[in-house]
Amino acid sequence: MRFALYLGCTVPVRAMNYEVAARRTADHLGIELVDLDGFACCGYPAKPLSWDAALLMAANNLALAEEHGLDVCTLCSACTSTLVEANKHLQEDSALRARINDQLSENTGRRYAGTVTVRHYARILYEEVGPERLRQESSVDLSGFGFAVHYGCHFLKPAHIYDGFDDPENPHTLGDLVAATGARLIPYEEEDACCGGGILAVDPDTALGIAKGKLDHVHITDADGMIVICPFCDIMYEINQRSIERQFDVSYRLPVLYYPQLLGLALGYSADEMQLRLNRVKSRELIQAFTGRARCPGAASNG
Amino acid sequence: MPETRERIIDVGDLEPNFRNEILAEPGGERFMRCFSCGTCVAGCPVAGMTEKYNPRRIVRMALLGMRQEVLASEFVWLCSTCYTCYERCPQDVHIPDLMNAIRNIAVREGHVPPAFRQQAELLRDHGRLYEITNYENQRRQEAGLPPIQERGDEVRRILVRSGVLEEVES
Repeated sequence: MRFALYLGCTVPVRAMNYEVAARRTADHLGIELVDLDGFACCGYPAKPLSWDAALLMAANNLALAEEHGLDVCTLCSACTSTLVEANKHLQEDSALRARINDQLSENTGRRYAGTVTVRHYARILYEEVGPERLRQESSVDLSGFGFAVHYGCHFLKPAHIYDGFDDPENPHTLGDLVAATGARLIPYEEEDACCGGGILAVDPDTALGIAKGKLDHVHITDADGMIVICPFCDIMYEINQRSIERQFDVSYRLPVLYYPQLLGLALGYSADEMQLRLNRVKSRELIQAFTGRARCPGAASNG
Repeated sequence: MPETRERIIDVGDLEPNFRNEILAEPGGERFMRCFSCGTCVAGCPVAGMTEKYNPRRIVRMALLGMRQEVLASEFVWLCSTCYTCYERCPQDVHIPDLMNAIRNIAVREGHVPPAFRQQAELLRDHGRLYEITNYENQRRQEAGLPPIQERGDEVRRILVRSGVLEEVES
């Protein structure tokens, strides 16, 4: 299994813990992630300004992956929906593809034939590796920990671009992936609520208020943390958690982990290897439990 | 009562052709289907937090032809694109696409909120939302990650080609 790793703008700068954990776990599971020189922004921030500009930006990234004969693995859910949606338009509407290709070749020298598939890393884990194999590979007991899963919006919606991958109103895939690590799933109210990240730059007060709603719901459970798969969601729940605590005079101190970090711990990697030190809200319990742990527990017990 | 008078819509100010403008814009094709049920508002995380944003009201304003009020508004920029309404709308209006269509028209009329102007400038200069300097690549190296090379030139040409920079820089 080989994929072009599409990092987008936010992950490689603000979520290196996510990137490290994704690369390590992929390598462990036999998924080869290839870095292509030339990927730029997916087009998401350009869409409100010009749909054409966003399509061209997406098409340029897709065409680059196509040149290398690779399907695309994404880490950010906003990049995922932007690239998948643009891909669907370009694949299904040949007149649109012709028009976009004329403009694209003029400006970047590329053309996109429409042969690439784009999937989020969590979806690739679910569909290509599967919860069953992840359960078998999980060598570390995580049953003492419970997590609240946050799917986020663009991993599931708009559902029609994902061809029936999961049910947007009652999803199970990410929950299955968390359960496969052996950790407990902690249900909470309004699991499908949006993080508010889409309007953080336009109306921060409203955006933080939206994020607060979910933190309130998770806070009253006995979850050891939240699991996310999108850097925007993490920015809202983790990086802005302190701002929300100050602004609304509340206290959460709720750790937020990227799913591959949790998976890596289950596969036997240490807290350090999964870069838990880069998480803004530290999980003392997880760091304590997984520091100094050998990467291959089986081999360590032999020694 | 001047307050009431201010809330009266003068039909002489309406631009009935606004609906055709929206229908012709990618993403706006379905907006005439709306029968005002309010399912979008009921599930909207933004509307739940602030009265500033109300998708049903925006659709009515657009249908009435309140062109200037809609295009110059702050509210069309408040859709968080969570797609909750998109999944639930019984008429498949595709409201996030509609908001995007209205935003695209607003931009061509010179209405670009500062946050989006800033993002467009970053895309123009770096091809991405976060600049990659030696500092970022050094931090990446410390985490054992490969360096990132900025490729701003292609994105800049795309933005010029689609007229975005003209609106942003004006």
